[in-house]
Amino acid sequence: MPRGFDPPTGWTPDQPLVAIDDVHKSFGEVEVLKGVSLSVRRGEVACIIGPSGSGKSTLIRCVNALVPFQKGSIKVLGIEVNDPHLDKLRLRKHVGMVFQQYNLFPHRTALENVMMAPVQVLKRLRAEAEAEAYALLKKVRLEGKEHAYPGEMSGGQQQRVAIARSLAMHPELMLFDEVTAALDPETVKEVLVAIRQLAEEGMTCILVTHEMGFAREVGNHVYFTDRGVIVEHGPPAEFFAAPRDPRTQAFLSQIL
Amino acid sequence: MHGIAIWFRHLYETTGINLTIAYDPFDRARFLDGFLVTLELSAITIIGSIVVGVIGAWLQGARLVWTRRIVQVYIQLFRNTPPLVQMFFFYFGLSSLLPTIKNSFGMQEPPVSGFAWACISLIFFAGAFNVEIFRSGIEAIPSSTIEAAEALGYTRLQTYLNVVLPLAMRVCLPALTNNLVNLIKTTTLAYAIAVPELLYVSNQIWSDSVNVPVMMVVLFIIYTALVGLLVAAMKAWERALHRPGLGT
Repeated sequence: MPRGFDPPTGWTPDQPLVAIDDVHKSFGEVEVLKGVSLSVRRGEVACIIGPSGSGKSTLIRCVNALVPFQKGSIKVLGIEVNDPHLDKLRLRKHVGMVFQQYNLFPHRTALENVMMAPVQVLKRLRAEAEAEAYALLKKVRLEGKEHAYPGEMSGGQQQRVAIARSLAMHPELMLFDEVTAALDPETVKEVLVAIRQLAEEGMTCILVTHEMGFAREVGNHVYFTDRGVIVEHGPPAEFFAAPRDPRTQAFLSQIL
Repeated sequence: MHGIAIWFRHLYETTGINLTIAYDPFDRARFLDGFLVTLELSAITIIGSIVVGVIGAWLQGARLVWTRRIVQVYIQLFRNTPPLVQMFFFYFGLSSLLPTIKNSFGMQEPPVSGFAWACISLIFFAGAFNVEIFRSGIEAIPSSTIEAAEALGYTRLQTYLNVVLPLAMRVCLPALTNNLVNLIKTTTLAYAIAVPELLYVSNQIWSDSVNVPVMMVVLFIIYTALVGLLVAAMKAWERALHRPGLGT
């Protein structure tokens, strides 16, 4: 078990780390998720692909309670996310999230971005958090950029700071919300390298992505969503080689 | 010092420019006292109104609808009424409702001094504007930045103090400077409730020496310098908050 891991009562590693069951979510009249179920085991990398507006981003935002949902259940390490008395902070300490637009704190340096939450949320010692922040920035190959402000870095660099910032909280689960969608093709690679390294180290990940090649290579399981439902899913080798559903076939033929 | 006094007395005798505060020790002392009161009033109300603004803007984002409504009522009340009326309300209205206390001479006196009422009323007045100023800064922050803080486990208060406020401050500093400039000038209203600030003591001086035009020039110079100092300090703060790639 990594440092700082306190599995909430009742969760054991033989259970899925994330269990999403029949989740329904509407924004007003529009039903975005119409009964989505999937489960991710510890150390697994789940990739969610699908056309824009199919509810992929909404789904992973439900997982760390950034958006509430109306019906169904999501359990992360046994914590029920749909509980009205949910302790959001307890949940979020276990779940890291990286966004499409990086969302770094623009008034803080790369180093400060990484060490802020451990010091302010986890109340860790400053010196300790700082040492770890240096190590994490080194890990995402940003040595020498510690004192740069987000405004001075490229998109790819900012996104890697965002990954390091999430990792500094020692999450059990990482959510990636189209993290390469705002990047130019050359910098996509440097971010994907960082994510692959994480996956290889055994981090449980849910990725919403348009990088089919990456999903195929790094993912353990691929889910295709369309109009609020999971149309088809399977191990990437099967999924990409022989999609069964016509909607999946149409989508894959369009982008591959 | 003595030489200067002689020179100014000479200036008065030859030209009629009567700057009593430069040669008359009594006038100089009360003028300096008034200046100090103005400085104190300005410093206290600037800090107080910023605190009110920060807290008010925080409460405006509260989940409870009644909290937001109360803040709204406060803003409407203090933004839509003249500051002089507010000061009278506190000093003559509210003060008369409070019980009096016995002072060291055994006399009955109000528990809150005119100076304190002036501070309170000016803090409420400028604070109402500051709430709106901070709100404008807060609204300029992308919700995705706040979402990132939430995803890291920040509470609403932690997000406000560590992410929202520092970013909002950078956006709204020019507007805040404007309001604080107005606040310094509005401290002269304390004159009306007999707080011996700069304008009040100047009035005493010109009543005694009949040198209104001279004292007016002095007042203009002092307020220009005072406001200039504040603006320079705010500019310096703005520069200190500047971060590469953030804002202009």
